[in-house]
Amino acid sequence: MMFARRAWIVLWKDLLTERRSKESLNALFFFAVLLLFLFEFALGPDRERLTAALPGLLWLGFILAGLLGLGRTFLVERENDCWEGLLLTPGDKGAIYLGKLAVNFLLMAAVAIVLLGLFGIFYNVDLWASLAPLSIVIFLGTVGLASVGTLFGAMTSQVRARELLFPLLLLPVQVPVLLGTVKATEAVLQGLALAEVAHWLKLLAAADLVYLVVGILTFEFVLEA
Amino acid sequence: MTRAIDIQGIRKAFGANAVLEQVDLSLEAGEVLALLGPNGAGKTTLVKILATLLRPSSGGGRVAGFDLLKEPERIRRQVGILGHGSYVYEDLTAQENLRFWATMAGLPADAGALRKALAAVDLEMVAGERARTFSSGMKRRLALARILLGAPRLLLLDEPYAGLDQQGKKWLEEVLLDFRGKGGAVLMATHSFGRGLSIADRVAILAGGRIVLNRPRASLDLEELHRLYALATDDDA
Repeated sequence: MMFARRAWIVLWKDLLTERRSKESLNALFFFAVLLLFLFEFALGPDRERLTAALPGLLWLGFILAGLLGLGRTFLVERENDCWEGLLLTPGDKGAIYLGKLAVNFLLMAAVAIVLLGLFGIFYNVDLWASLAPLSIVIFLGTVGLASVGTLFGAMTSQVRARELLFPLLLLPVQVPVLLGTVKATEAVLQGLALAEVAHWLKLLAAADLVYLVVGILTFEFVLEA
Repeated sequence: MTRAIDIQGIRKAFGANAVLEQVDLSLEAGEVLALLGPNGAGKTTLVKILATLLRPSSGGGRVAGFDLLKEPERIRRQVGILGHGSYVYEDLTAQENLRFWATMAGLPADAGALRKALAAVDLEMVAGERARTFSSGMKRRLALARILLGAPRLLLLDEPYAGLDQQGKKWLEEVLLDFRGKGGAVLMATHSFGRGLSIADRVAILAGGRIVLNRPRASLDLEELHRLYALATDDDA
């Protein structure tokens, strides 16, 4: 009960701070739009080529936006040494991790919704028909991205070269998530049933579970380090 | 009664640089200790060790009755720290800040309790205003409200008068005297011979990472204290 209350208050605090400052959301949305323009310029007007590259582009967009957003998760804690305060709070520090993870998941989900909508408009793709299975894939992918991103965001927030270190740590660990999400998204956009990519979904779910458990169990050591 | 602080042989080194050497210190419940020392003497490091934010390289002891090395979690429940940072979130209001820290500490966070805590530090009128608009003195008050909400047994204050105006300093002294009167212990680290000395029961001087003097305040007049401090810190230089 106490664990859930702590996780909830971290989520409440970060969402309130974000609503008032709008620092992350504004930057992420502009970044997402810029990416779409860049993809359009790079691939040209060939619809067939665009459609083939769409799953990769979609996840490249999520990952790049994630690098921008997730790395900032703990910067708010540097102000007035709030990080120290979190360290001194008694109880399981995993609750702080879960709260931060929930914030990141919601931010990334908001970016995903906007990015999907813009993809549909920019590339004239009918995403409506495959929205339900696509949502499942995006949910699993976002959990994987946010759970590792939250942990590494905490790890790198106190180091000087964090902007460089964060992607270097995050991207290799994201390989199973990227592989699973791109393959599953490709299949879903081709109109295949989710059952046909069940093995990728299982890989995604397993990776999410591992990342989540590792994050909760190791967060205390990351915070104390 | 359990001593608030009872540490022996504390040493802390960052790489080859030893900041503290063989520090022994004790503080009884209901006592105020003024820990004097020049900048770089190791006061902040000692405060952080006592608050379990840093682990000593060697040595140990008990803080608030618990083992410094083995029971940091229990110490954290009994100790309030006011360091250089105020732990204030700038985009939250005063009341929201308190609500957050109270919940994190597992304390009641109902509006009544929070209002009472804010009233105790004279911030009730600005409870709904964002901390971003506060002066540094107001942030220190808010930090103190956060600490007192947890009813700690020991207060660790690092330069507590910094950022406070004359009225704020007087007010802080009253709060500390009240805390001491209720049996709480206070360690106040400072580099200046300011107001803190007037409420101190003991005075210790930390120089070059060592406690070079630790005596009851009543046994020292201000002139002698200045002389001893100058001697200790000259040696340090």
